[in-house]
Amino acid sequence: MSKHESPLHQFEIQPMQKLELGGYDISFTNSSLVMVIALAAVLVFLIAGMRKKAMVPGRWQAMSEMSYNFVAGLIKENIGPEGKVFFPLIFTLFMFILFANLLGMFSFVPHGYAVTSQIIVTFALAIVVFLTVTIYGFVKHGLHFFSLFAPSGVPMWIMPFIVPIEMVSFLARPISLSIRLAAAMTAGHVLLEVIAGFIVTFITALGIGWGFAAGALPLGMLVLLIGLEIFICFLQAYIFALLASIYLHDAVHLH
Amino acid sequence: MEHLEVIKYIGAGLMAIGLGGAAVGIGLIFNGAAAGVARNPAAQDKIFKTALIGAVFAELMGLFAFVGIFILLFI
Repeated sequence: MSKHESPLHQFEIQPMQKLELGGYDISFTNSSLVMVIALAAVLVFLIAGMRKKAMVPGRWQAMSEMSYNFVAGLIKENIGPEGKVFFPLIFTLFMFILFANLLGMFSFVPHGYAVTSQIIVTFALAIVVFLTVTIYGFVKHGLHFFSLFAPSGVPMWIMPFIVPIEMVSFLARPISLSIRLAAAMTAGHVLLEVIAGFIVTFITALGIGWGFAAGALPLGMLVLLIGLEIFICFLQAYIFALLASIYLHDAVHLH
Repeated sequence: MEHLEVIKYIGAGLMAIGLGGAAVGIGLIFNGAAAGVARNPAAQDKIFKTALIGAVFAELMGLFAFVGIFILLFI
């Protein structure tokens, strides 16, 4: 290997079609391409799955209905019956993050990229949730929304300490939501790249015979880690949707 | 400072200690989850979901340390 690439090389954004608008660089990058592919994949999964509209669902229709029921159950459990208006938001977030995470597992193909590992992408998704919670809270409850920062059953003399802490914790929500997803994806992919690099190092250092034998150990570990990574893709999408539902519960019900 | 690069590497190595805290935290959560399932096997689904949510929060702390390491090394 002539060039020794750092494990972070897979996270470099490469522009595919350079565009410029008023001095800002808005080129179409490989990250944008994978986001478009994720969107197309979600649409194909849902629309083609529901094409037959059979009363007894076949396999594809069953998967589409399962994803719908999963998010609907999540919302009913965490927000209650008033949460039905939020179903498009939570469903979109869940499906997009799930498919974007899974497509990020294919970051080894040319133009492949893990979009949810970028902090700006996850921050955009988290700020959508935060603004929805805040604006809905103010529209529904007016200034009474600030009672969210003063939990009931707290004696008055401790209020000047509790209220700033609660406000900071409220403002930390989009930050934690975005960093959780981005850091989990980044850490997973860097780990996979480092261990895959071990296999290549073994083979180049020990030659074909011994290199293949010694490279079997990191290869086995890599297979298990890819399985774990796929589980983490599902888990992070579920956690994002679950936390968004919990924050909406706070906005709708004010504790 | 002429030793800035060296101190950055030492700092990154020290930050990796924080990941041990995350591992201990996740172990404690699943300790409680396993004990709960042992007492009441019918509640396994609920307990597993709760344990998973708690594990994600504990994992987040470890990932803060991981992100800090990358900021130190590569920025």
